[in-house]
Amino acid sequence: MRRLFALTVLALTIFANVPAGYAVQPDEMLANPVLEKRARTISSELRCLVCQNESIDESNAPLAADIRRLVRERLTAGDTDAQVKDYLVARYGEFVLLKPRFELSTLLLWLTPVLVFLAGLVLAARAAARQPASESNSLSEQEKSKLAQILGDDQA
Amino acid sequence: MVVEFGHFALILAMLVAAVQVVLPAAGASLKDVRMMRVAEPAAVSQLILIAIAFFALMYAYVTSDFSVANVAENSHSTKPLIYKMAGVWGNHEGSMLLWVLILAVFGAAVALFGNNLPPTLKARVLSVQAAIALAFLLFSLLTSNPFIRLDPAPPDGNGLNPILQDPALAFHPPFLYTGYVGFSIAYSFAIAALLEGRIDAAWARWVRPWTLAAWMFLTIGISMGSWWAYYELGWGGWWFWDPVENASFMPWLAGTALLHSALVMEKREALKVWTILLAILTFSLSLMGTFIVRSGVLTSVHSFAVDPTRGVFILAILIFFTGGGLALFALRAKDMQTGGLFQPISREGSLVLNNLLLVTAAATVLVGTLYPMALEGLTGQKISVGPPFFNMTFGPLMVPLLLALPIGPMLAWKRGDLPGVMQRLTFAALTAIIVMVAIFALDHRGPWLAPFGIAAGIYVMAGAIIEWSERIKFGKAGRSEVLRRAKNLPRSAYGTLLAHFGIGMLVIGIVSTSAYREEHILVMKPGQTLAVGGYDVTFTGVESGRGPNYTEDFADFDVKEDGESITRLKPSKRLYDAPPQPTTEAGIHASWRGDLYLVIGDAQTGGGYAVRAYFNPLVRFIWLGALIMFIGGGISLSDRRLRVGAPRRARTRVPVAVPAE
Repeated sequence: MRRLFALTVLALTIFANVPAGYAVQPDEMLANPVLEKRARTISSELRCLVCQNESIDESNAPLAADIRRLVRERLTAGDTDAQVKDYLVARYGEFVLLKPRFELSTLLLWLTPVLVFLAGLVLAARAAARQPASESNSLSEQEKSKLAQILGDDQA
Repeated sequence: MVVEFGHFALILAMLVAAVQVVLPAAGASLKDVRMMRVAEPAAVSQLILIAIAFFALMYAYVTSDFSVANVAENSHSTKPLIYKMAGVWGNHEGSMLLWVLILAVFGAAVALFGNNLPPTLKARVLSVQAAIALAFLLFSLLTSNPFIRLDPAPPDGNGLNPILQDPALAFHPPFLYTGYVGFSIAYSFAIAALLEGRIDAAWARWVRPWTLAAWMFLTIGISMGSWWAYYELGWGGWWFWDPVENASFMPWLAGTALLHSALVMEKREALKVWTILLAILTFSLSLMGTFIVRSGVLTSVHSFAVDPTRGVFILAILIFFTGGGLALFALRAKDMQTGGLFQPISREGSLVLNNLLLVTAAATVLVGTLYPMALEGLTGQKISVGPPFFNMTFGPLMVPLLLALPIGPMLAWKRGDLPGVMQRLTFAALTAIIVMVAIFALDHRGPWLAPFGIAAGIYVMAGAIIEWSERIKFGKAGRSEVLRRAKNLPRSAYGTLLAHFGIGMLVIGIVSTSAYREEHILVMKPGQTLAVGGYDVTFTGVESGRGPNYTEDFADFDVKEDGESITRLKPSKRLYDAPPQPTTEAGIHASWRGDLYLVIGDAQTGGGYAVRAYFNPLVRFIWLGALIMFIGGGISLSDRRLRVGAPRRARTRVPVAVPAE
């Protein structure tokens, strides 16, 4: 819940139930620093299922601690990062991933930045093309601004 | 009695708003000056009435009148006075009252200071502003009334969530709301301009100061929230891509774009239609943010369905003002005259790129925030969209923005000389590249992209300074000439300098603390020492204490640098009395290099305590950068204040010798 309240500040204070303390406990951590680092990275991409918008790496909830242990167990057993995530998705559903996979149902989500940017680019290019032929270099600044005004006024 | 008085004032304010919607707009259509003039006294009395309601509620909080349901639910008699006052807006009903209060402040400000506005434009602006006020006053009175009484009154209140009992947080909502709500003025001006069917550079000149003020407050409001999260939530995170944060970030992105496009419109009469659209969209995103935060749709789609009254009401407001605004835009925009011409490589062109990237970023945040709800609503499929998604999509959009940022202000209007500008920026680029190579050579810890991010920040900062030093002919003219130029440079130029410089700092802060943060999670026993971030931290033990309304266990750490004790940090765990809730207080030691950040955890069964120790390099650049941006906005605004009184038609003014910012 902690996360939600980062700014809920404004708002839903009545429901606030912010746990104290912090997430990963010293006794959960793996001795192997490489594995532990992988575990932390994976944890930061998995959602604490009972929290608002918090990864298991940050969450204080008992369920998050269970999943953190599970991640470390799988890693110790030799799973790749992808296998660990697949395992958890099989168990808890796509909801557990904070970064949704690129698939049909998330197509629009992932393509939004590209589509909006391209649409904007096309609109801007079309607006530019609608402008009367660009000013000739031989005109002085004053003439150009005057011309721009005249052209602008005529366009309405 | 005072409470009933406030309640009555709020109802009266709603009626005044209703009159202010109808008469001035009708007067503007009928060219009836008397009807139009109703707007001014109406806007002022609306402000007075809402202020009465607001302070009546505050009175109930300060006197701990628990017969008022809102006070009983959210306050407590032992709470410190400042939090009793801030408690007014620490809950749904009260914060909506603050919302309409700020809305009324802006409306009254236009009524009082907008003397140079054409009468019909002014009447229509105030009419639209009153329509927004009317909608939210109705919302407040019908679904979120803060003045409902309880009978019998409880002996004491439930208390304010202790995590919110914090000075930064107490004043965070008013700043944030001032930003949010301030964009309503841009919206009202846009709608009024569409109704008038006429828009020119003067319009942009009137709108910019309001937009700038709103932007400033939103900037500082967001950074206060982030600063609070950093030191209060106990692990040093400062941004979470949480829907509540996104709700305030979207209008900020769109508002930043609006600020820049209004600049083009004011100076060059170009991008008129786009600026109008952006003004509508920016306030719509503010409304969207209000909907996201207020409707409960966040907590879950289901809780929204359980008590949909509020959510549906705000949704209706959102649809009415966004849909209505866009419909009017679709009808009228084609009649708007297009203005000055420009080449793609020009100041205007660079500002179009700025707008394109900022609006794409806002759209990405919007879709990312709403997608899970929409998908669940449509297909029942549950997915999460969290920080990894936003970092991956938002980050790449910021890279071209940062690279183009120093170039834009150096390009000439209409037709710029890109190679020439690049040449002038050589020094900035070189400095950045040297730093980048140095980081690559010295540090192998962080991600490979991090040195590039730091370099981008340095390049932006250096670019801002170069632009300024060129304009004052630093190093080219004599000292007296340089000083004269520095003095005569318009304040808005200093505003740009500071805002862009602040962005550079912000980027450096974000990148260094994200990439080079040092973290230790361990069990420490008294007497044990840990080396972190160049400090030697010795844990001496844990003691218990008692604060005004909490008990706490605090640890004691002796912090040494180069063998000398420089400070003692006492991170603690608190348990508040009402409501009984635990919080953590981090122990933070700040220096120019970064923050040492200590958190104490639970006692361990084998003895000792769980401890988290962080070193967050340059983390304060984040808020310092935001503060500099805020100050830059203020300086620019102080310039504008003079210019608000400019002649009605911008074109009639004498051309300024100094190239406009």
